[in-house]
This record gives sequence, C-alpha cells and structure tokens, in this order.
Amino acid sequence: MTAIRPAKLRVAVHKFSSCDGCQLAFLNLGESLLEAAELVEFAHFAEAGPVDPDAAVDIAFVEGSISTPEDCERIERVRANARFLVTIGACATAGGIQALRNLHDAKQWVAGVYASPQYVSTLEHVVPVAAKVKVDLELWGCPVTGRQVLAALRALLSGVAPLEDEDKVCLECKRRQNVCVMVTRGVACMGPVTRTGCGAICPSFGRDCYACFGPAENINAPSLTRRLQGLGLAREAVAARFHFINSAAPAFLSAGQAALEAKRD
Amino acid sequence: MTEARHLSIRVPLLARVEGEGALDVAIRDGAIAELKLRIYEPPRLFEQLLQGRSFAEVPDIVARICGICPVAYQMTAVQALENAFGVQVSGWAQDMRRAMYCGEWIQSHALHIHLLAAPDFLGVDSVIALSSKQPEAVRRGLHLQALGNELIELFGGRSVHPVGVCVGGFHRAPHPRDVAALVEKLHAALPQALELAHWTAGFPIPDDGQDFTCVALRQPDRYAMDAGRIGASDGLEIDASEYQAHFSEHQVSHSTALHSQYRSGAYLCGPLARLNLNGECLPQPVREVLEHTGIGLPCRNMFQSIVARSIEIYFALLEAIRILESYVPSDTPAVAVTPRAGTGAAATEAPRGLLWHRYETDDRGRILHARIVPPTSQNQARIEQDLKASLEAFGLQRPENELRRRGEAVIRNYDPCISCATHFLRLTLDRR
Repeated sequence: MTAIRPAKLRVAVHKFSSCDGCQLAFLNLGESLLEAAELVEFAHFAEAGPVDPDAAVDIAFVEGSISTPEDCERIERVRANARFLVTIGACATAGGIQALRNLHDAKQWVAGVYASPQYVSTLEHVVPVAAKVKVDLELWGCPVTGRQVLAALRALLSGVAPLEDEDKVCLECKRRQNVCVMVTRGVACMGPVTRTGCGAICPSFGRDCYACFGPAENINAPSLTRRLQGLGLAREAVAARFHFINSAAPAFLSAGQAALEAKRD
Repeated sequence: MTEARHLSIRVPLLARVEGEGALDVAIRDGAIAELKLRIYEPPRLFEQLLQGRSFAEVPDIVARICGICPVAYQMTAVQALENAFGVQVSGWAQDMRRAMYCGEWIQSHALHIHLLAAPDFLGVDSVIALSSKQPEAVRRGLHLQALGNELIELFGGRSVHPVGVCVGGFHRAPHPRDVAALVEKLHAALPQALELAHWTAGFPIPDDGQDFTCVALRQPDRYAMDAGRIGASDGLEIDASEYQAHFSEHQVSHSTALHSQYRSGAYLCGPLARLNLNGECLPQPVREVLEHTGIGLPCRNMFQSIVARSIEIYFALLEAIRILESYVPSDTPAVAVTPRAGTGAAATEAPRGLLWHRYETDDRGRILHARIVPPTSQNQARIEQDLKASLEAFGLQRPENELRRRGEAVIRNYDPCISCATHFLRLTLDRR
C-alpha cells in the first residue's frame, strides 16, 4: 500500500500599498525558500512568479495597507479565498508610514500638487487590513524578518497557533547586554514602548529605537512622554516619535495625540 | 504577406517585477496601435510626508520607499542633506558608504538575475522551477544574494531598511573581526561571480539592437556608484544640483509614476547605461571578464542587461574587498552636523539606475520641501519605446502567448521597481 501523502498547504502572498520589503522576508530566505517551496505550494506570489490572485488557499500572507477603493474590493476577495489570513509588516498591520497622511489635512496635500487631472483614485485614509476584514494573525515589523514568517509558516504547518513576541525592546537590550542609550547618553529612545523582534539593532548601533516594530503589550506611554520631554523634546517632537512608522496602531495614535495635548510640568 | 490582424494583449498583473504593474498592447491591422505600461500602485506621497520632519529622520523615512534598494535611498538622501548643511564627511565614511552600496548592488542584482529574469531566458516560469533544472546555478545565485545582504547588515544591522547610516557618516563603525570574516567570504565568492558572468553570457540572448541615449553618474577615476557627476552618452556632464535644468518630468494618464525626459526624449539608466558610459573605469580583472562575455561596448541590446548585472556583481565584490581589506575602524564614524537653512541635491546609482534627491531645509534642519526622482520613472518612457520596437521586430503575427512573454521579458530587462516609482504621485480623492 502506498503511503498517503497529505496535500501541500496552498499559500498566497498578496501585495497592497507597500515598499515590497516584507515580501523580501521570503525572497531573502536563500535555500530555505526552496525548502519552503517543498513544504507548501505558492499558488499566488507575483514577485516570485506564480500569478493567480483569486486562488483558494490555506494561508494568505498580505503585505501593504489598504488605500484605494479597488484595494477594499481586493482584500475582501483575498479574505474570502483564504482559510487563514496573516498580515506581514507595519503597512498591513498598522497602515505603515503612508498612514501619516491620515493625520494631515489630505486636501491640503492634494492642493499643493499640479492642477492637471489625476487618474489615480485613493481613499481619504490609509488603513491596516484589519480595518476591512478579519485578520487571523498579525506579524509586526518594518520589515518583518525571515525568522518571523518561517516561524508562522512552521507553526501553521504543524497545526498550532503561532506565537508573536510582545516584549519590549528594552528587555531585548538587557538580554544582549547593550548599554542603554537613553540612560547613559540621553538619546530619545522608543525602546520602552516598542515590541521586540528586530533584535534591538538600533540601540546596539548606539542610536535610538524608532519603534518600527510597533507598540509592545501594555505600554506606559505617558511615562515615556514625560521622559522625552525631560530630555528636551518639544510636544510636537514627542508626538512625531509615536506618529511615525506605526502611526495607525491605536496605542501609538493615542499616545501621540496625548503628547500633543500634554502640559509641561 | 502581411496579415491584417486585430489583437489585444493584456497582462493585468506582471509577474516577477518589483511592485505591481500591467501591460496593455493593442494591435490593429498588423501594427501596434496602442501600448501602455500601466503602473497603478497607489501613491504613498513620500515627498509630502517628509515635510516638517527632522533631517535626522530622513534616512529612516526614505528607506521605506523601496525594500529592495533602501541603501540607495539612504545614501542619496544623506549626501543631499550634507550638501544643504555644508557638511564634509570623512574619507573613512565615504569609503564605508561605497562598500555598503556594493552590498546592495550584489543582493539586488543577484535577486533580479535569478528570481526575476533568468527564467525568461531558460524557458521556465519561476526560480522554483529553475531550481529543479539547474540547482547549482540557483544555489550559487541565492548565496551571492545572501552575501550582498550580509554586507549591508555589517553596516546597517539588517538588509531591508538598515539603521546604520546617518547624516554626517555612520552611527557605528563595524568591528574589525566582523569585517575580516566578511572579507574572507567575499574572496571565496569571487569564483562564483565569475561562473555567474559566464553562465548569463551563455544564455540564448535575443539579438535586438536599438538606438537610445544612456544616462549615468561618472567619476574620472572609478566606476561611479555612490557619487559623481551626471553624464549622458551625448556628452552632457552636470552636477546633481543642475539636474532639473536638463531633465523634466510629465504625467501620463495610465501611470501613477511620472515619465522623465531628457532633451524631450526617452533615455536609459541602469547597469547597461553604466557599462556603456563607464566601462573604461572598470578595474582590469572586470574588463577581462567583460571581454570574455562578448558584450561589445557600447551595447545597444537591452537583453544583455542581465550580463551587465552579473559583471557588476563581480565588480562590486572586488570593490568591497579592495575597500575593506585594509579596514581600520574610525573613532568618529560621524562628523558633527550643524543644521542650517539651505538647499542640497545629490544623485547616486541605485542598482536599477540613477536616483536623484533634492531637499530644502529650515534653520533647524526640518524639511521644507523634498523632490525625489527614482530610476524607474526615468526608464519608463524608454521601456514603452523599447516594447514597441521589440515586439515589431519579434513579429506581430506571432501567437498572443509568445508576444505576451516577449513583452514581459523586455520589461524585466529594466528591472523596474514599481513601488519606488509611484511614491509621490498626484491623487484624486474618493471620499467614502
């Protein structure tokens, strides 16, 4: 009797408004990419070759934020065709850097440009995927790492729920025995409120964490706001630290707004 | 006999390119009536969102324009801002920036050759299919790609959106132990890069000579990459600050990327343009490989750009070794920067071609105005011109499937980065 080989899991990688950097978490895997292709079937992954955007799949990885009416329709189809939907990176998970325009008067930005007719349509606000459809797993980071996507893929292949680290960058710095840039040099570091996963690379380069992995669990934003003010940052500068790569993440959005309204004491 | 034929070729989503675009071709009575490379990615408005931000944040912001060439964006931005502030970085930092840039050329070119372009020449549809036909070649390519990434990581901590570069230099000097270990790996990869060059030169490369103007940075004593004056094959040579006097951009209805023009015409930038303009500046070992591959310069066949990329990988390996072999860390990886109100422009050679930035700052170093012209919007008009000529030369009577495949291969010759090209376009608002 021949052994029953389970069918390969079918995977799609979809792109919305983004820099392509999170898809590189797959394309930079090297030989692991070929190994992954043995374990799963990439039904749709345009940058790598296969194009079948409406394929029914077990797992859909989604890069990029939703920013046009067409995107809204497309993400609905992606959701309908996928058993499990995973957002990869800051754009898909928290709107990404382009969501900064949500904080400005978009009309003003448009008024600053040419009078010639425009053929591009866009939504008033750039939103993360979860604002439109149900998301089963969010992978944070700008960009996500190969380790994150492989760990998620392996967990799903084994039928268990993947775990995402929600610790703060500070803890990662301690584990690595990095010298704290804020305590020793007064650098305005976002490590105390930022989710780890990057390996605390910025502090290990002697510079500030700029929160590219988004908010950690249970953050104390008012305390960091006071600390940053104590380092001499104006209210607007403190707000800009929260309103950067992950400005549409609720914890950072409200922290930045609170910083703008905060009184100096 | 010419057959009267009506045919519409539509490729709604181009595979194996960076970002999302489409190709529409209409053939009427045996001639191309309409041809559009449609770029429909929504604009991300980087130039607007840079306004009001501190100069210190710019390297972290512009990296996000492109995940494949973030180093190019960072290198161009920091030099433009250093020009605005009148900052002179150290020779050490200049050398290290060039070494880091070599890493990006290696990884981006290796990715393009193996994952995006080679399948066209070898009759397969993806690198995964290619790996079962030529596993050694694919393994070699992925290894070179990884090595390029490691070189970026040495200076930037990670290869996508690295964190090490700042206005004034670098946040940190790499440890000599790490540099030495990497130099050893770069040495070991030289034979692989040679094999790669010969491998690509052995592809069945279509004969498709065309006439075009080449534009690239030039330096008298070296193959320009991280710095130089902007040159063209008609003899133009200008400073980056004069770019706007010679190059213009205009909007077309089917693209969210602007089309650039030089003297009212299309032009080419990227690896083949660089080889054509600067081939004589290549070090002797690279020139020998160039001769061996049989590309005569100037080369007018864009299908040879895959060979040009493999030659640039070999060059970038040698160049990184040259710079890093005698590495000594610097105590001051960055010079002090005092911001001032000013304007600065700079250009560098991104893997896929010329990248130009210009910033205006206030006295506290905040960005008042930013202009960024990426390589793909510069190549866009040339791509459409090439597609028309290539498809006509290929034979419009051929089956639709063949025409579509040829069209896609022509586009890939330019390694277009659509995510880059659409970062700043005009938009209409749809309020919901």
